[in-house]
Amino acid sequence: MSSLFEKIGGESAVDAAVDIFYRKVLSDDSISDFFDTTDMEAQHAKQKSFLTMAFGGPNHYTGADMRTAHAPLVAKGLNENHFNAVAGHLQSTLEELKVPADLIADVMAIAGSTKEDVLGL
Amino acid sequence: MPNITYQGKAYSGLPDETVLDTMRRNGIEVPFSCRAGDCQTCMLLCKKGEITERSQNKLKPALKSLNYFLACQCQPEQDIEVSLPDDEDVYISARCVGKQQLSPTVWRFQLETAVPMFYHAGQFVNLKHKAGWVRSYSLASLPAEDEHLEIQVRRMPDGQMSHWLIDEFDVGMHIELEGPNGHCIYTDGQADKPILMVGTGTGLAPLVGILRDALHQGHSGPIHLYHGTRNPEEIYLHDELTEIDRQYENVHYHACVSGDNVAAGMQAGRASDIAMQDHPDLKAYRIFLCGLPAMVRGMRKNAFLAGAAMPNISADAFTK
Repeated sequence: MSSLFEKIGGESAVDAAVDIFYRKVLSDDSISDFFDTTDMEAQHAKQKSFLTMAFGGPNHYTGADMRTAHAPLVAKGLNENHFNAVAGHLQSTLEELKVPADLIADVMAIAGSTKEDVLGL
Repeated sequence: MPNITYQGKAYSGLPDETVLDTMRRNGIEVPFSCRAGDCQTCMLLCKKGEITERSQNKLKPALKSLNYFLACQCQPEQDIEVSLPDDEDVYISARCVGKQQLSPTVWRFQLETAVPMFYHAGQFVNLKHKAGWVRSYSLASLPAEDEHLEIQVRRMPDGQMSHWLIDEFDVGMHIELEGPNGHCIYTDGQADKPILMVGTGTGLAPLVGILRDALHQGHSGPIHLYHGTRNPEEIYLHDELTEIDRQYENVHYHACVSGDNVAAGMQAGRASDIAMQDHPDLKAYRIFLCGLPAMVRGMRKNAFLAGAAMPNISADAFTK
């Protein structure tokens, strides 16, 4: 039984998805301010770790890590609309890459599970 | 087990430990986050010894060739010496062996270090004045072809270091130098890919070094260099670059002037705007950006949105 990460295509799938996903996020005026930093390279790497996690790949993130990392954004007004917009871009990225629907559903469930920690609820 | 040396002290690894584990177990605060090799927070520089391939395979080529690696992905097979990327480095003495005015505002300095420095064109060095001021200058020289280090200094109205270098520093004098730093360099392996370079002001210096390095290494794909200034007098190395453009079929040089007066052979507008108009689809490109932070930041974003892959964008923004 192979894992979600393997089924989806492992690291090369993350590599294929990260540029498409980050372009979508940066082009969306409703959320781009949260992602548009002076250090785009570092931000890009963060998006890559996020996708690895959402794809069920190896990661060591805990809920507490997610909470701490996003707290400054929450202080700047990060809310559920923003979260949903990012999730939407993740979904359309996967659709663009022709990932099977059942795997997309699995990825979206993992991404959705981070909501409370990301939004500090 | 192999030893990891950090700041002169050796730490012995335990079986199955990564470099990150060993260092943190010994109380060294290496920053980290994902521990899966993606976030690159725990990147270290290997100064001696060989690191594993696995600890480098997610880094971009420039970082690989400079011996950076990810501590969380490295189980060393032999003794290594490491440093954090921003550890304070050692200053050495450098002597001025050449000084030449290139434009009303820009001077070229040639420096000779007491100990030969291994570097890549496009990296930068820090110079320290006796009064303690430290400023970064990019290297325009090419180690394979130039005997001395070359920096280009622009007189900045508020820049005490630039005034001192231009007015006081001269052939025969010494200054403290630290480096090389930065990873805006040409790496081999994609010789037929198009290259786009955009530099403002003395952001031209590293780009000229990278351009010469690319040609030296036999880059065959087109190379488009856009140099931007406000006034035509500030465009420097114009004749040299026009000559390279004439000599090499794949080199295309553009001098861009954003102010009102445009001289013959130059284009009107900002270098970054003109570059984007000429190259709306940057999918296969390698991009090099140097100059004012606002230009570098805006252009990096536009290049990425125009299809350039993030690892293929190298940038170096001026710092104050």
